[in-house]
Amino acid sequence: MIPLDFEDLTAEDVSRHFGRRRALSRISFQTPKGSILGLLGPNGAGKSTMLAVLATLLRPSSGAVRYGTHTAVASGAALRARIGILGHDLFLYPELTARENLAFFAGLYGAENPQSAADAALQRSGLADRADDPVASFSRGMRQRVALERALIHGPRLVLLDEPFTGLDDASTAALVARLQGLRESDAIVVLATHDLDLAEGLLDTALFLRDGRIAETVARPDALRSTYRTIMRRRP
Amino acid sequence: MIRTAWLVLKKDLTVEVRSLEIAYTTLFFAVSCVLFFAFALVKEGKAPEDGAAGILWIAIAFGGTLALGRTFERERQSETLRALLMAPAARPAIYVGKLLGIVALLVAAEIVLVPLVAFLFQAPLLSHPFWLGAVLLSGTIGFATVGTLFSAMLVRARSRDVLLPVLLYPITVPVIIAGVRATAALLQPDVELALVRFWVALLIALDVVFVTLALWTFEPLMTD
Repeated sequence: MIPLDFEDLTAEDVSRHFGRRRALSRISFQTPKGSILGLLGPNGAGKSTMLAVLATLLRPSSGAVRYGTHTAVASGAALRARIGILGHDLFLYPELTARENLAFFAGLYGAENPQSAADAALQRSGLADRADDPVASFSRGMRQRVALERALIHGPRLVLLDEPFTGLDDASTAALVARLQGLRESDAIVVLATHDLDLAEGLLDTALFLRDGRIAETVARPDALRSTYRTIMRRRP
Repeated sequence: MIRTAWLVLKKDLTVEVRSLEIAYTTLFFAVSCVLFFAFALVKEGKAPEDGAAGILWIAIAFGGTLALGRTFERERQSETLRALLMAPAARPAIYVGKLLGIVALLVAAEIVLVPLVAFLFQAPLLSHPFWLGAVLLSGTIGFATVGTLFSAMLVRARSRDVLLPVLLYPITVPVIIAGVRATAALLQPDVELALVRFWVALLIALDVVFVTLALWTFEPLMTD
């Protein structure tokens, strides 16, 4: 299996329903490589559902997501090899150590030497001294750092992050912001769903404001995110 | 595919060795089953003829159901099933890894159960160890193959604990019957090996059918 590559990410009229409940309605956007797209909105706006659709974990009820010229249905595993996701749930085994977790996922993603990939990831996360401790003994912030390394261990083109700042202290938050900027410079496509408008300030190339599963507004190079958010969310749907 | 299955198996066994959660509950339940039947059926030190075969398989099936329920429940609790499905690995390989983990666990339980049943029911279970091993292994694979698939299917169902045995037992009845008949044949004073071979061949045929169907259906069942 050869991982495929793509230059941009496009959502075309994506809708997703769960029974009669509409989680996403006609979402469209395009974002090129080397950019950070923010999904902003209140609880239940559809941010996590959108990330799950982009991650190929959910199929859109209608519309399509294109990864360059590829689609999830046609490309399958080769496409998943280029996607990294950090969700609400951290996708870590609490009984395993940080090193075992990272080596397991590096192996699943086809790393030739999972152990050295795990060691490098532990160095990047600043958790090398806790490498052999079970993840169950870590604080939320430390788990979040391991989970971020798990999501990035295979060098994905598309990075999907759902509330990545949760539980991080100031130093870890600053390191994550620097990491996201580094990902942008290395031509990754980052999609970031967050409530934390202060941390997202100055980080986003495009902000997609979602409300009730619909796009309320798309803003390129947004500044003054908090006041923009308030203005948009106060408007009548 | 082999590498992925090995990674999943190794991970499952490491987690189990650390927690011993499934091993203890499965073994406790299966041993309790055997003891209850022994108290009920063994009168004045005399066990019912052929009873040992049925009781051994009841203990395996009941204990196995408990283990099957927990194996994907663990992935659900830490939401790691989504991470496994997101990986570029072939999804049937993930299934094979989980299946091998369950089979390993049930084989470990059988290593405890066989001498226990042989002792309590005075059954010469260990007189033909090769054939007993073949019967137990082929039966366990058949039972676990269907059970692992259903356990994965039901991982997001609210009433999965109730639904798993309801779905599992009717489909695995042929495996259980063949396993019981083959084990009973091994307990006869004059063991008819041709009959044992027939039941083992039937169990292997069922394994092939179940494994093929499971590998074919796992990916579509787990998508979305």
